[in-house]
Amino acid sequence: MKHTLIRTSAYALGVASIALFGLSAQAAMVPAGATLADDQTFTMRVLSEFDAIDPQLSETVDAAGVERDLFEGLFNQDAEGNLVPGVALSYDLSDDKTVYTFHLRPEAMWSDGNPVTAGDFEYAWKRLADPATGSPYQWYVTIMGLKNGDAVTAGDMPLDDLGVKAIDDHTLEVTLEQPTPYFTKTTVNASTFPVPKWVIDEYGDDWTLPEHIVGNGAYILTEHVPNERLVRERNPKYWDDAHTVITKTTSLIINDENIALARWKAGEVDRTEVPTGQFPTLKSEYPDSALSAPRLCTYYYWYNETDTGPEALKDVRVRQALSYAVDRNVITDQILQGGQFPAYTFTPAATAGFTPPSVPFGEMTQAERDEKAKELMAAAGYGADNPLAFDLNYNTSEAHKQIATVIAQMWKTKLGVDATLVNMEGQTYFSELRNGNFDVARSGWCGDYNEASTFLDLVRTDSGQNDGHYSNAEVDALMAEAKTMEDPNANYEKVEQIIAEDMPIIPVYHYATSFMIDPGLAQSWPLGNVEQNWYSKDLYRIAK
Amino acid sequence: MINFVIRRIGIAIPTLLILIAISFFLMHAAPGGPFNSERGVPPEVLANLNAKYGLDQPLIVQLWNYIWDIITKFDFGPSMVFKTRTVNDIIAQGFPVTFTYGTWSFVVAVVVGVSLGVAAAVNHNSWLDYIAVGISIGAQVLPNFVLAPILVLIFTLGLHWLPGGGWNGGHWPYPVMPIIALSTSFMASIARITRSSMLEVLHSNFIRTARAKGLPKNTVIWKHAFKPSLLPVISYLAPAFVGMITGSVVVDVYFSTGGMGQLFVASATSRDYSTMMGITILYGVLTIVFNMLADILYAWIDPKIRL
Repeated sequence: MKHTLIRTSAYALGVASIALFGLSAQAAMVPAGATLADDQTFTMRVLSEFDAIDPQLSETVDAAGVERDLFEGLFNQDAEGNLVPGVALSYDLSDDKTVYTFHLRPEAMWSDGNPVTAGDFEYAWKRLADPATGSPYQWYVTIMGLKNGDAVTAGDMPLDDLGVKAIDDHTLEVTLEQPTPYFTKTTVNASTFPVPKWVIDEYGDDWTLPEHIVGNGAYILTEHVPNERLVRERNPKYWDDAHTVITKTTSLIINDENIALARWKAGEVDRTEVPTGQFPTLKSEYPDSALSAPRLCTYYYWYNETDTGPEALKDVRVRQALSYAVDRNVITDQILQGGQFPAYTFTPAATAGFTPPSVPFGEMTQAERDEKAKELMAAAGYGADNPLAFDLNYNTSEAHKQIATVIAQMWKTKLGVDATLVNMEGQTYFSELRNGNFDVARSGWCGDYNEASTFLDLVRTDSGQNDGHYSNAEVDALMAEAKTMEDPNANYEKVEQIIAEDMPIIPVYHYATSFMIDPGLAQSWPLGNVEQNWYSKDLYRIAK
Repeated sequence: MINFVIRRIGIAIPTLLILIAISFFLMHAAPGGPFNSERGVPPEVLANLNAKYGLDQPLIVQLWNYIWDIITKFDFGPSMVFKTRTVNDIIAQGFPVTFTYGTWSFVVAVVVGVSLGVAAAVNHNSWLDYIAVGISIGAQVLPNFVLAPILVLIFTLGLHWLPGGGWNGGHWPYPVMPIIALSTSFMASIARITRSSMLEVLHSNFIRTARAKGLPKNTVIWKHAFKPSLLPVISYLAPAFVGMITGSVVVDVYFSTGGMGQLFVASATSRDYSTMMGITILYGVLTIVFNMLADILYAWIDPKIRL
């Protein structure tokens, strides 16, 4: 017997949100009394050319931003990051919590007039998993927990064994390997968006050219000049087009962030990122335009705990001492200055439904941490007569360099540690990191979905992202158990406490996104969405 | 003359093949690969990606397949970073942009540079000479990564005359700042080479003879001195022209032109093997062809070269 979530959480997802849409004049929630500007176009800067505008073939954040405009998955997110109905109106969940039955919106339509069906989702998800597709996001099938995901992606099982099936045109059945409480959150990722099989069959890789592409999102691609611009305009066939405000969104590719800032000042773009260290100045100069908000990302250093790493770093006292001696406030307040937060846990405080616990070293003052660090180093046998020396690797970036320089200096002055800075260009750096050719190395992680396990899974022994090769059987057991728990927060808290003690990483800071935006658009920007999953259809421009 | 041309073509083809082979092996010798990223890709996914792009084959087989596809189908393969685009598409889109602003930069650099050089030489040690030398030295020492933001500061933020970037199909006024930024240092070099060459020619015996015959100054300069003074300039122009039409990473990055210069660097740093090879071959062919043309032109101007 199936438990219908329409009566429980799906009400929050479906019915409540639909009621909200019904009451609102627009999908974009324009406040009462606000006057909309005549010009409802939006121009934004992106760093580099999109790797693809194909939901199953792209992997960059910028490409996903475009795909959220051109396609629509089962769910969208609102300004706070909560799930709201996309193509799915509601779902049922089986008693064993492994089978989700999604009921799709009957009026959803592709831009060529064809209805959006459950078969389109089944095709897209199988396309993502298919080894022949060569998707760089193929691993996402495993994150979603789809039944037989691992075997299908490895080519050991046929595609038809993947846990996704269209029951009829408007009913999609998804079977998971095991209960996965955060599964619905994974369906806002662009790699899960439906794609039109008939168009792909006809045009192959050229299906994403403006003259061929067919989408089911609020916008259609009208112009794409690689390395220069990408333009999307309103899709009149979109089910909620009547309540959409922005008429045209243009992404301009501007590689250099300082030039992008100059073009923002010249009024050529409405939104651009703030270069490192410039936020305070810009905020005082443009208080209504310089915005900053927490992001679901953590910046940290890995210790190499394998045989290729230094013996000293296998000593927990050394790992703790090095972490304690890092004054995070100097990095967030004097180097980055963009609203970032000092990190003492791996999971950011911005994570939905989870408050990272207070860990002992986070509760100390920096003076206390420094004192403790000196004691730990002395106890481990390192000091002036036996100085510790190792390499600190980072990939080319001015910010990484500044942070590494300051941290190395902190270690030198407080602990007498000689950290040699090793700068490598990106591909070499990541290759060396994966091959274990490092002592201490910088890393960064942004959540794949808004739930603590997207971070804490990294410290599992079997995680492919566990570059330091940390291993703790208790952590593995807690994280494995958390997968099937109704409320896994107690396990997550315990894991945070363990890693604050074992210190496999040095958490440095939690990210913030800081950017300049035209004041007319600032009000509608979803600052509360820590994944920064924004949709042009939800934006609007207020008259000046 | 025909033998000379045939001989040069005979050298050009093996040069290109050697270039392809060396670039291919050097590129694969660099650590990392196109599917490396901050997020580690699971081994089975990496294997699927390598299989899709033929990277699971021995290097020598990859090289053979690559050259064979170029010769038989003129196919430079799919990009490994831009997943739905081929290298042919990428070059077809980027090269016209760089060719356009590069050619204009070349014209500006040659016209302004030669004029400045001739004016300086003819008016040696006069105020005109000092101004021309001052301009060319100033332009030479001002790298384009400094010049580009200065141009944006003045013409975009200050005067609001020009857009701060973009290409917009090459329509006026978008190419103006890229052309200025790219042509300036070339112009300075051409001016200096022209000036010193012209000075040397003006002090040669045949010019002294021409002057002694009482020929008018303009006739001496334009009919007798100008052509031989261009010889060193021509040998500089071939690589300069190739350098300009293949674009500049600085110009592309600062002005978001969508040209090849930025792509070349980005393909190297992202290990987009096929794109990097495609652009390397294009640059190689252009360099070889234009050097060959310069040699032929040189031989035509100065028959001693053919010996």
